[in-house]
This record gives sequence, structure tokens and C-alpha cells, in this order.
Amino acid sequence: MEADPNAPLIVEQLVKTYEGKPAVAGLSFALRRGECLGLLGPNGAGKTTTLRCCLGLARPDSGTIRLLGEPVPERGREARARTGVVPQFDNLDPDFTAAENLLVYGRYFGLPAATIHARIPALLDFAGLSSREKSSIRALSGGMKRRLMLARALVNDPELLVLDEPTTGLDPQARRLIWDGLRKLLAEGKTILLTTHYMDEAEHLCDRLVIVDSGRIIEEGSPRALIDAHFPVSPSALRPANLEDVFLKLTGHELRD
Amino acid sequence: MIPAFPVLSLRALAVWRRNFLVWRKLALPALLGNLADPMIYLFGLGYGLGALLPEIGGAPYIAFLAAGTVCASTMNTASFETLYSGFSRMHVQRTWEAIMNAPVSLDDVLAGECLWAAAKASLSGAAILAVIWALGYVAGPLALWALPAIFLTGLCFAALGLIITAISPSYDFFMYYFTLFITPMILLCGVFFPVDQLPAAVQSIATWLPLWHSVELIRPLVFGELPANPLLNIGALAAITVISFWIAVVLARRRFLK
Ligand SMILES: Nc1ncnc2c1ncn2[C@@H]1O[C@H](COP(=O)(O)OP(=O)(O)OP(=O)(O)O)[C@@H](O)[C@H]1O
Ligand SMILES: [Mg+2]
Repeated sequence: MEADPNAPLIVEQLVKTYEGKPAVAGLSFALRRGECLGLLGPNGAGKTTTLRCCLGLARPDSGTIRLLGEPVPERGREARARTGVVPQFDNLDPDFTAAENLLVYGRYFGLPAATIHARIPALLDFAGLSSREKSSIRALSGGMKRRLMLARALVNDPELLVLDEPTTGLDPQARRLIWDGLRKLLAEGKTILLTTHYMDEAEHLCDRLVIVDSGRIIEEGSPRALIDAHFPVSPSALRPANLEDVFLKLTGHELRD
Repeated sequence: MIPAFPVLSLRALAVWRRNFLVWRKLALPALLGNLADPMIYLFGLGYGLGALLPEIGGAPYIAFLAAGTVCASTMNTASFETLYSGFSRMHVQRTWEAIMNAPVSLDDVLAGECLWAAAKASLSGAAILAVIWALGYVAGPLALWALPAIFLTGLCFAALGLIITAISPSYDFFMYYFTLFITPMILLCGVFFPVDQLPAAVQSIATWLPLWHSVELIRPLVFGELPANPLLNIGALAAITVISFWIAVVLARRRFLK
């Protein structure tokens, strides 16, 4: 498949090794504008490493990356100006309140304070944290922090969202709130690249999936197409086949160390 | 191959402002805390020891010590800020990583940290200068020229501190920097007593140390005189600043961008 040169993200033959061991071993994929693409794979498959390379935060051994038209890592900064990022591990600023976190983060994008202040109520609302504006970060629960991370990623009104396990630690209500929010962003034309270990999330939210294992793509397609291709007949008489069946079939039942 | 020189942008100022905003919340206690320690040394040693000592170069010992304290305190503040506070932002809180998810490069983060530590150090150096001025140990307005020299001292020790921060696995590591570098420097560079009290061989080592250049610049200005070799001192401090910052950036890239 020839990638659209205007695609929000084009990754070709990405290789990244740590201490001689390949974390990413020749990955190629492209994002289509307005879609939600899910990067799935067992622990250690190379998902986070791939995202960090795409953002210009880790230096690939070889391969080419174009993020929002900019070559990465060379012009990673310019590309990140139009991207919203939620990393796998929370890194909110514990010295500030929820609202101050958004303000200070917006300044890193060079946004004027007035613009950021105008956005803060909607961002807190997106995360279901409107009543927590003045809460210190230390006073937020784990799930609330995760939601604030998501709100923070939207402070620059990005075209593209790169979300590494965005809903890990959220209760079912909060997860639904975030899914609804992300679907609205997709409807506005934004593009999303996410990783998740929740197969229901991938099935609900993603238009397309890329399943990686040991740094290689082992399967890709829409959730429906993957289920139909691998399970024309359900493995259980009691329920229809789902994405988890596909994932386990492809990546095996053994635990990764 | 020489590693690429840091590429800097104005985004570094957003990093500076972040630290300023945190500091502002606790500004007064922080400033008083910064002043208390050097003042205790200054008055304890200045009056106690000073009573036993002859004048140094025509000035009472406490005036001699006061000028040295301005330099040492600037150095200490810049070092503590880049080591302990910097490490907590870099490693414990992952603040640097958060900032780099925005369009701010690692080089900008380090530049912002360096400028911030220099600013905070300047404030503590300037506060001590103000106190000793009020007490009558400053000769005249020439001492205002000490302010840019204080800032340069702050920058120099901030850049040196960032090198250590960039390679540190934990807070424990910083003790070595203080006991092996900072404390000996205070004793060798003329803060407590004139360098010519030291054996000649040790004196020549002292002239290679950044604090010595800082003392050589600032003490004469406090005494209302011109420094003997200002261009040498400024050049040395500036060169150490630039080279140290470059090394710090290269080491931080190795830590973060691998
Ligand atoms: N900084 C690093 N230093 C050394 N090895 C690393 C580093 N980062 C990742 N790795 C290794 O690279 C491989 C891929 O890790 P990565 O974090 O990309 O996996 P992942 O797919 O995100 O896993 P998870 O689902 O657990 O988050 C792993 O084997 C990991 O041990
Ligand atoms: Mg991961």
C-alpha cells in the first residue's frame, strides 16, 4: 500500500534497538486523516517506543518518520506544536493546581495566557474535573490525574492526538466519558493514534488496528474485519467472537517477561 | 566528532517561568532561608574570628568576609537549585519529560533551568550585598557592577551543576560534588582568607577555579576598587559557563533521547 503523502503520520521501516535488542524491528504504517488507529500488542511489544520515536523523543536506529508533514526527529518540535500527547506514565506538575497545570502547559506551546484561560473550563469539563479547578495535583485520585493528562493534551487544540494507554486506571464511568469526548474530537476531524490493553476500548473506538509483537506488525485491519477473518465461527457457543479472542490467538497465551 | 552545540529558542523562557511560578508561591520563606545560612557564617566568623585578626588590605575582617560570602552564597544557591531541585524536576517528578511532550526541546529545558538557577542565585547574592551595604561594609556605587558579576557567577555554577544532574542516578551522588568540589573551592578561592596565605603550588591551582575568578571580580568592586584583571575573570567564567552547558546538554541527550 502506497502511503498518502499528506497523511498525518507516515512511519517507514522504523528500527530501534536497546542494548542490542530490537524494541522496534522494521515497523511501517500510516495514519489516515480523521481516523482512530489503535496500536495493540503485549507488554514489551514496542508500542511506547514506537510512539516516542514518532514524536521525536527517542532516536531511531533507522527508518523514516513524517509527523504532520515534518521530518522527525529533525523537526520534531514543529510537529509537536500541533500534536497532543498523553504519555504512558503521568507527569503532571505536582507543584501546581489542576488549572495551573493547564496554564503552564499551554505556555510551553507559546500560547498567550488569555487564550489558555479561555480554554480551561472546557478542558476541565472534557475530563469531568470542573469542580477540581483549584485542587492540588496531590489531592487528585489516580484516575482523576489520568483524566487531567488527557485535558492537558488538548490545550493546544491539536490536529493529532498520540495517546499511550489513555484510559488505564479509569473507572467505567470515566472511561465512557473519555470515549465520548474522543469520539467528538474525531467527529471534528481530528486524528487519533492510541495504544490500549482494553480490547473493548479498541473495538469501540478504533477504525483500524495494528497489532504488533516483538517490534513487528503481525496483523492489521478494522476490528470487525479482524474478528471475521480469524473467527468465522465463534470459539464459544455462548457468545460471539470478540477482539480479545483475536488478540490471544495472534499473540499466544504465554505471559511476556 | 564534536557533538552538536545546543540549539536554543525562546521556549526556554517558558521553562524559566514555570520555575518562577513555583518559587513565587513560597518566595519570602525561600529568600529568608537563602539569607539565613550565609548570614550566620558572616556574623559568627566575622565578629568572632574578626576580633582576633588584623585588618586585611586596610579593611576589617568582616568586610573581607562579606564580599567573599556574596560569591560563595551565589555559588551555593545555583548549585543547590540545579542539583537537588533540578534533579527532582528531571527525575522524580518527570517534569522535563512532560515539557518535552510539548514543542520544547531538551536543550531549551536545560537553558531554562540554567537561567532560572542563575536568577535565583543572583537574588541571594544581591540580597547579601544589600544587607552588607546597609551595614556599611560596601564602599560605594562601584559595587553595583558586582550585580552582573554575580549573575555570571550564578550562570557558571548553574551550568556546572547541570552536568552533575544529567549524570546522577540519585540524590546521594550530589554529596560527592559538594565535598570534593564546592567545599574545597570555598577554602581555596579566597572566601574566608586571602589566597596568598596558601602554599604557592596550591595558589596556582586556585587560579583555575571558577570561584576564584568570581571573588577576584566582586571583592574589589565591593571595596570600591576596580578588579585587577576583569577581562580574564569574565572570560574565564563565560568560557566555563559555555563549555559546561554544552557538556550538560550532551549528557542529558544521552540520558533522555536514547
Ligand atoms: N529506555 C529503555 N532502555 C532499555 N530498554 C528499553 C527502554 N525502553 C524500552 N525498552 C525495551 O524495549 C522493549 C519495548 O518496550 P516498550 O515500552 O516500547 O513496550 P510497550 O509495547 O509499550 O509495552 P507495555 O504494554 O508494557 O507498555 C521492551 O523490551 C523494553 O524492555
Ligand atoms: Mg508502553
